[in-house]
Amino acid sequence: MIAIHDLATRPESAAVGVPIPHESAALHVTGTALYTDDISYRTKDLLHAFPVQTTHAHARVIAINSAPALAVPGVVRVLTADDVPGINDAGVKHDEPLFPPEIMFYGHPVCWVLAETLEAARRGAAAVAVEAEPLPAILTVAQAIEAASFQGARPIVACGDVEQALQQARHAFSGELEFSGQEHFYLETHAALAHIDENGQVFVQSSTQHPSETQEIVAHVLARASSEVTVECLRMGGGFGGKEMQPHGYAAVAALGAALTRRPVRVRLSRQQDMTMTGKRHGFHATWRVGFDADGHLLALDAVLTADGGWSLDLSEPVLARALCHVDNAYWIPNVRVKGRIAKTNKVSNTAFRGFGGPQGMLVIEDILGRCAPLLGIDPIALRERNFYRAGQSTPYGQPVRHPVRLAAVWSETITRGKTASRADELERFNAEHPHRKRGLAITPVKFGISFNMTPFNQAGALVLVYKDGSVLVNHGGTEMGQGLHTKMLQVAATALGVPLDKVRLAPTRTDKVPNTSATAASSGADLNGGAVKDACEQIRERLLTVAGGMLGVSPRDVLITDGVARALGARPGDGIAWQELVQAAYLQRVQLSAAGFYRTAGLHWDSSAMRGSPFKYFAYGAAATEVEVDAFTGAYRILRVDIVHDVGDSLSPLIDLGQIEGGFVQGAGWLTLEDLRWDCSTGEGGGRLLTQAASTYKLPSFSEMPEIFNVTLLENAHEAGVVYGSKAVGEPPLMLALSVREALRQAVAAFGPSGSSVNLPSPATPEAVFWALQDASAPCDGAGTWAGHGRTPVDGAVVRPAPVGDRPKQPLHV
Amino acid sequence: MMSATAVAEVEINGRQTPLGELPVWTSALDFLREHGLTGCKEGCAEGECGACAVLVARAGLAAPTEWVAINACLIPIVALDGQQILTAEGLGSPSELHPVQLEMAMRGGSQCGYCTPGFVCSMAAEYYRPDRVAASQPLSELGPNGFDLHALSGNLCRCTGYRPIRDAAYALGSPPPSDPLAARLWEPAPVPAPTSIHVDGASFNRPQTLPEALAMLASAPQTTVVAGCTDYGVEVNLGGKRPRVVLAIDRIPELRTLTIGDELIEIGAALPLTELERRLQGRVPLLAELFPAFASRLIRNAATLGGNLGTGSPIGDAAPVLLALDARLTLISSGGERELPVADYFTGYRSSVRRPDELIRSVKVPLPLAPLSSFHKIAKRRFDDISSVAVAFAVELDADSVVRTARIGLGGVAATPLRARTTEAALVGRPWTAATVAECAELLGAEGTPLDDHRASARYRAAVLRTSLLKLYAEHPGRESGVPEVSGASQATAGDSC
Repeated sequence: MIAIHDLATRPESAAVGVPIPHESAALHVTGTALYTDDISYRTKDLLHAFPVQTTHAHARVIAINSAPALAVPGVVRVLTADDVPGINDAGVKHDEPLFPPEIMFYGHPVCWVLAETLEAARRGAAAVAVEAEPLPAILTVAQAIEAASFQGARPIVACGDVEQALQQARHAFSGELEFSGQEHFYLETHAALAHIDENGQVFVQSSTQHPSETQEIVAHVLARASSEVTVECLRMGGGFGGKEMQPHGYAAVAALGAALTRRPVRVRLSRQQDMTMTGKRHGFHATWRVGFDADGHLLALDAVLTADGGWSLDLSEPVLARALCHVDNAYWIPNVRVKGRIAKTNKVSNTAFRGFGGPQGMLVIEDILGRCAPLLGIDPIALRERNFYRAGQSTPYGQPVRHPVRLAAVWSETITRGKTASRADELERFNAEHPHRKRGLAITPVKFGISFNMTPFNQAGALVLVYKDGSVLVNHGGTEMGQGLHTKMLQVAATALGVPLDKVRLAPTRTDKVPNTSATAASSGADLNGGAVKDACEQIRERLLTVAGGMLGVSPRDVLITDGVARALGARPGDGIAWQELVQAAYLQRVQLSAAGFYRTAGLHWDSSAMRGSPFKYFAYGAAATEVEVDAFTGAYRILRVDIVHDVGDSLSPLIDLGQIEGGFVQGAGWLTLEDLRWDCSTGEGGGRLLTQAASTYKLPSFSEMPEIFNVTLLENAHEAGVVYGSKAVGEPPLMLALSVREALRQAVAAFGPSGSSVNLPSPATPEAVFWALQDASAPCDGAGTWAGHGRTPVDGAVVRPAPVGDRPKQPLHV
Repeated sequence: MMSATAVAEVEINGRQTPLGELPVWTSALDFLREHGLTGCKEGCAEGECGACAVLVARAGLAAPTEWVAINACLIPIVALDGQQILTAEGLGSPSELHPVQLEMAMRGGSQCGYCTPGFVCSMAAEYYRPDRVAASQPLSELGPNGFDLHALSGNLCRCTGYRPIRDAAYALGSPPPSDPLAARLWEPAPVPAPTSIHVDGASFNRPQTLPEALAMLASAPQTTVVAGCTDYGVEVNLGGKRPRVVLAIDRIPELRTLTIGDELIEIGAALPLTELERRLQGRVPLLAELFPAFASRLIRNAATLGGNLGTGSPIGDAAPVLLALDARLTLISSGGERELPVADYFTGYRSSVRRPDELIRSVKVPLPLAPLSSFHKIAKRRFDDISSVAVAFAVELDADSVVRTARIGLGGVAATPLRARTTEAALVGRPWTAATVAECAELLGAEGTPLDDHRASARYRAAVLRTSLLKLYAEHPGRESGVPEVSGASQATAGDSC
């Protein structure tokens, strides 16, 4: 029996599947884990970089006068576009100048000051005089649509005949929705530290999810070859997508400063700088028409999704593509036409954020179902379940939906474990007894496609080194941002080599160990890097099996390495060769003890112009049942109970996966409830300024938002063939389980009104938004909704009370 | 240029560390990081995230010393002259984890790890709290081991969703007597060091006595007065302020008294709110409602009533409560003392009648308290948020359920905290009924001049002012049953009056 080469099969006594804490947990809790900026405090001769942020939403830079800054004691240099020897671009699309000639958003840094102390750099930055000519600004998606201010691709996902299906639908509705983005609020803000080594080469430590791209951009800014630039990421204090594309410019500033001054340069954004300069989750605007048959089956969806891209493209195109590919969520819609476009606005360049457009697409369809269920007279839980994908059905972009039975399984298990049927009765009683408090319960599903939509990104490399003493050092291209990737990789390596976990160590991610890596993103870190680590380990193990076979006098095919001992099949426990001895023997026989591993996800195809293909290796499934309680006096609410059943395949690391599910859910709940990005949208001075630019004004979930009862179950018998050790990706999908919070709030609000009311809920559903929604729900119905009058949420149209839609309406009802 | 009598130094993780010559506004956070203790993290620099939390040894209530967690980003290191600081690095090491660290590590309490050292410090403070005892009946925010989850209300985690952190907190046992940090509780706390540090034309001063402090104020009216530094730190870090003369008054004994008499309770203006909360033991129900809603435990460990009033902020949560309590302030200067109602204190946005040479000495709460009281804080987040609107009620009914007195303090609806005088006047003399409340709620909704901002719309602020009275009635209904309808704002017609 030789090495198991099937990617998904687990050997006995595998290290994968064992619940272990995060590999850095002991360092985390003792404060000894190092992050990029911590290295600055251990660096001599350091210069500090500080951005000169401008206060126009849109303006042409006429002149930058650095002289007053240079007069500030301690200021060493002011970096401007003139200093760039290479390409003045912080991105890869040539639309994101590192030192911009045109100010594109309020707070846009136009140059950077280098100084001996942070204080001197701050004073220097304040002294720089920027002369600029204001230009008209576009601050909202509505303004962008009005002005036809779009950028990038205009993709369409289509299948079937939408117009005909809408004509023939028994029930047709239309609506509009605009919803907010989300600040990443990784606890560690962007940071970079650059050195020039004795050879003139550039070494950048960066808090980056995408070291290879950081390397490329540093190289093109400095006009260097990639081989002259090394980027290292020790670990990140959170990324969530915010460090996929956004860290490059800060690394480039540090590297440029270091190259020019020959001194180490540190960039570390304050929270305000990070919030006012870096991109966020895209807010979207959506208009839609939907058709149902008499039983509530979805027949057609016609929608236009407009993403707020901000001032440059960044990752807006792939984010939009993923939104279009997830507007179906878990539901089969035979006729679909969803058009996407990217608004160009004078705001920060919106970017990747956990879910990457998926949450936005799903929010649209869940909002549609939540609003239409009462109009159809169907319980929302039943309406959702009725429309699930069944075997043999395909997505609107043409990918067959594999394993829809798992969708049904997570759903029914959520209902069973959550005892939602009996709780629904209790909830009814509670609501009847409490005029000023109402509870709502909702269940929503998640079907999330795993793989980068962009097929070439679905590759990874690893470099595994076994030293003579038997210790193992694993390098791979993925970065650690708290998600537990390194923990999983240790488990994969230990499993593939057959050694105990404590034999294996992980090296920080560096571009000089593994080249041309993809971003650690799209939940794909473990799938891709796990495949590569496993490949490298198996190469080494095969060589060691040959050595062991020779020593044991048996065929290498009859040797097993488990728990650090090589044994002939069937041998007694004592009759084996210890790992260290085996490695020693291999060395003496001049057997190579290192290997480069590689993995590419097989079976993907995507035509991004036609928006058709099978871009995803598989779908991750989950379901969440959430109960909330709303206070009529203020609109305040609490999450009382959450039950989740989620499909992570055969878990590589159950404690890590549980953490991803819980954390993703709460982060998603934050997006949908209290995280409220506000910009000054006035045309006057201050127009375009982010008003919520601090932790005191932008509130993320705290302990008070933790569900009081929080039960998470991993779906059993969930082996995923074709993925490393039968596992599934887990980083992003659970975030979207939080749509159940929003839908539960909708149910609770509806409980204040007559039964069967359709509730229109803004997003985020802040206490204020919920308050107005319940005021509407409980106000005497005059047939004309009052939404337009409630301020900033541009959801227009009347709330249509339950109408017996006997005859097919000529025009869809606007809800 | 250091002119202190003794060399200024702090003890960090058991090691004496001289402060050296550094700008006086240097935060404890930056100082610790400069000294290699990079486990202390900056997440927000305004005392909102707790990534910088550290422990300081302070004179305790239940033991001679207690380990108290504070935000290192807000307090200047010079304010800790002579004090003892513990960081996550000082609690344990990777090979010898502290019990708090062990629970956090084993239960998945850390993911990215950036917030973790701060959580560990906040959790350790609660672990060592001498009066923490196993709860006979665990509540949703009180663990079976007596761990009060509010101890972590000032720490944010973006990764875990908090459940494993809660489980770690609730799994903690009691410190064994052999634990040197537990043993430390029974030794005296460090005394406040007289500090006068002058660097680059700026100074930080901690006089020992009240007359010294007042003399200093009289001679240098531009002095910035600090107690817990929770506002000062934000001004320095986010506002870029670099005050030239800072006067620390938080350790002056005359400002830290608490006297509970028959006719009034007098609270020293520089008592940290946590200490005040524990010493009052619920004696003033309105204050007891206020404390858990006031910022976070980390902030309350430093912040004082004097500071909250001293900043003159219209959204400080203490003022509405003190207005409803009909509290009075004593202001003291080297020229003497004067007393005035809190209601007369505020004169405009962040301004008050306090002269630059005056300190707030104490807050006096008259007794007896109105029996019917309630504090409503309307904010986005239940823990550690700034009020959109804050309303405090203190109502007294007579034997016939007629309103005898009514005081309503409001925050967030005008440039200053204010009393809802129109509503109060309308309530007095009326029976405590749904009809009265419905009419008067309309008046309350029209009090103040609320604004639109990023926290809430003016319309919402007015609406929840109105519903706050309805909510009060729902909490304390009159003899007749029924609560007025919440919906349909401003149903009152011109003919209605109350």
